[in-house]
Amino acid sequence: MKILVCISHVPDTTSKINFTDNNSRFDPQGVQFIIGPYDDYALARAVELKESSGAAITVLNVGLVDTEPTIRKALAIGADEAVRVNAEPTDSFFVATQIAEYARAKSFDLILMGRESIDYNGGVVHGIVGELLGIPSVSPVMKLDIEGNTAKLAREIEGGKEYLELPLPFVAGCQEPIAEWKIPNMRGIMSARTKPLNVIEPVAVDSGIKPQQFELPPPKGTVKMIAPENVAELVSLLKNEAKVL
Amino acid sequence: MNILVFVESAEGKIKKNSLEAVAYAYAIGGKVTALALGDVGSEELQNLGKYGASSVLHVSDSKFNQGVIQAYATAIAITMQNESADILVISDSSLGTPIAARVAARVGASLATNVVSLPDTSKGFNVKRSIYTGKAFANVELTKTKKVIGIKKNAAEVKEVGSPVSVTPFQVTVPETDFNARITSSEKATGEVLLPEANIVVSGGRGMKGPEHWGMIEDLAKTLGAATGCSKPVSDMGWRPHHEHVGQTGVKVAPQLYIAIGISGAIQHLAGVNSSKCIVVINKDADAPFFKAADYGIVGDAFDVLPKLHEALKAAK
Ligand SMILES: Cc1cc2nc3c(=O)[nH]c(=O)nc-3n(C[C@H](O)[C@H](O)[C@H](O)COP(=O)(O)OP(=O)(O)OC[C@H]3O[C@@H](n4cnc5c(N)ncnc54)[C@H](O)[C@@H]3O)c2cc1C
Ligand SMILES: Nc1ncnc2c1ncn2[C@@H]1O[C@H](COP(=O)(O)O)[C@@H](O)[C@H]1O
Repeated sequence: MKILVCISHVPDTTSKINFTDNNSRFDPQGVQFIIGPYDDYALARAVELKESSGAAITVLNVGLVDTEPTIRKALAIGADEAVRVNAEPTDSFFVATQIAEYARAKSFDLILMGRESIDYNGGVVHGIVGELLGIPSVSPVMKLDIEGNTAKLAREIEGGKEYLELPLPFVAGCQEPIAEWKIPNMRGIMSARTKPLNVIEPVAVDSGIKPQQFELPPPKGTVKMIAPENVAELVSLLKNEAKVL
Repeated sequence: MNILVFVESAEGKIKKNSLEAVAYAYAIGGKVTALALGDVGSEELQNLGKYGASSVLHVSDSKFNQGVIQAYATAIAITMQNESADILVISDSSLGTPIAARVAARVGASLATNVVSLPDTSKGFNVKRSIYTGKAFANVELTKTKKVIGIKKNAAEVKEVGSPVSVTPFQVTVPETDFNARITSSEKATGEVLLPEANIVVSGGRGMKGPEHWGMIEDLAKTLGAATGCSKPVSDMGWRPHHEHVGQTGVKVAPQLYIAIGISGAIQHLAGVNSSKCIVVINKDADAPFFKAADYGIVGDAFDVLPKLHEALKAAK
């Protein structure tokens, strides 16, 4: 089985977000980058499938050279080879087109991604890739088992779950508890250094999105503290001041 | 300008988020057509006129009773062409967002999801998106003639602006292969207020000590007509189902009121609640980081404060 896992390279979940150049650009200063948390679940499930029934895992990132440590980490976790599409991932449509271009001729049985990136929060790259390749896409997937040429999935829906069956190949946007996050061990880290990381150039795309400006939410006002014996005061504030009851 | 709105339904009723999508489309201005797929009550469909739809198309084919992503995307794309609609509005949801992606790729549209405000058309067509999981916003211009917009909860206010309209039966032919992803069964909490759509959320963390104490949270939620939520460790430990877990890696909520009980307020949790209008925090530790993100706070033991709060709320009703 051939599995493609697409990973984003995103600020650590505890990062404070800032912009520079007149709010036109993300400020990476002091920010630690990680594999997108949902993408990490996708990768972990791919590695589990490889361990249980054998698979070759290619990991792909659309990004500039600074994403390579993140890609190496994915190799250390268990991917066999990596591809970096050498471009700034400006929007979901751009990223998805690069992924589809790469995957088109490679006949992957499974393309796994995260349900969403935690920078762009589009939740759409898997759907666009599915559409461009003419194969099904399912998201958010919380359980994925393969039996021969058929997959059994659970998809999270509002207030519950939906179970599906579908033939390979397809694209899945993954989330927990599909697998346990994996931490690279020493052997993984050593072998990752020599695994192939191929850099390819992007194709041109008119994605129809022009970023204008970024902004931060207005700062939160100060909290009003209420004594525990005065819960009635809280209720009255919620009613009359905040007007949310 | 023709605008198509895909309206989602559950148990024959139009979802509240979809009414927001209709309101959003109406506010853009133009002719608003709503499209519903599968089994939906006819009165529900007619009433879409009240919120701004000038016509309603209904594909009642039972094949569409289940939300199959690919088949829905095809049906919507066909309808968009048929109605010469330039804009498609969808509400972001576990079904809406994946569909929006496929439709946009199919019809060659500019795509923006997680949109939080009405478009600014004073210069081009600009929308504001929530990014970095609620920690920032991006203003983006959608440059193609066709546009697909996925809106986040509260992007538009649902108001009565018209009267019921008649419903036009509609048919679309979708290739069988679009149903390859077959839904075999589903589990769904019934009769509860759904977390992503709730106006009030009562949420508990590890400070609640164990699942046996959730009755207090549920009682409070019931009195308030609220949904219940929890922090990640609570769902990791199996105290509560996964779909209740709020935060960066869980459900992102945007209620009028979020009440957090025994939750420390880790940044990953805050990322899922920072779009709430008003936040109340109850925690026994005065230094819990959640207080910095709160509007109202009580330093106290949940097991002491909750019953009192419940009584006070009942008394105020
Ligand atoms: C990549 C990543 C993603 C994550 N995503 C999420 C996410 O989406 N959502 C999420 O919630 N977390 C997430 N986390 C975990 C997050 O970092 C915190 O560990 C988690 O939110 C803590 O949950 P908690 O507040 O319930 O528990 P704790 O941190 O243990 O806090 C319990 C709180 O309860 C208070 N308390 C104890 N007893 C009482 C009492 N009797 N009465 C009142 N208060 C009491 C304590 O003072 C404390 O503040 C993520 C972590 C990582 C690394
Ligand atoms: N730059 C990127 N390179 C590779 N994969 C990506 C990239 N950005 C997003 N993805 C994948 O697409 C998924 C959905 O992203 P998004 O639609 O941006 O929310 C992510 O969880 C990743 O798996």
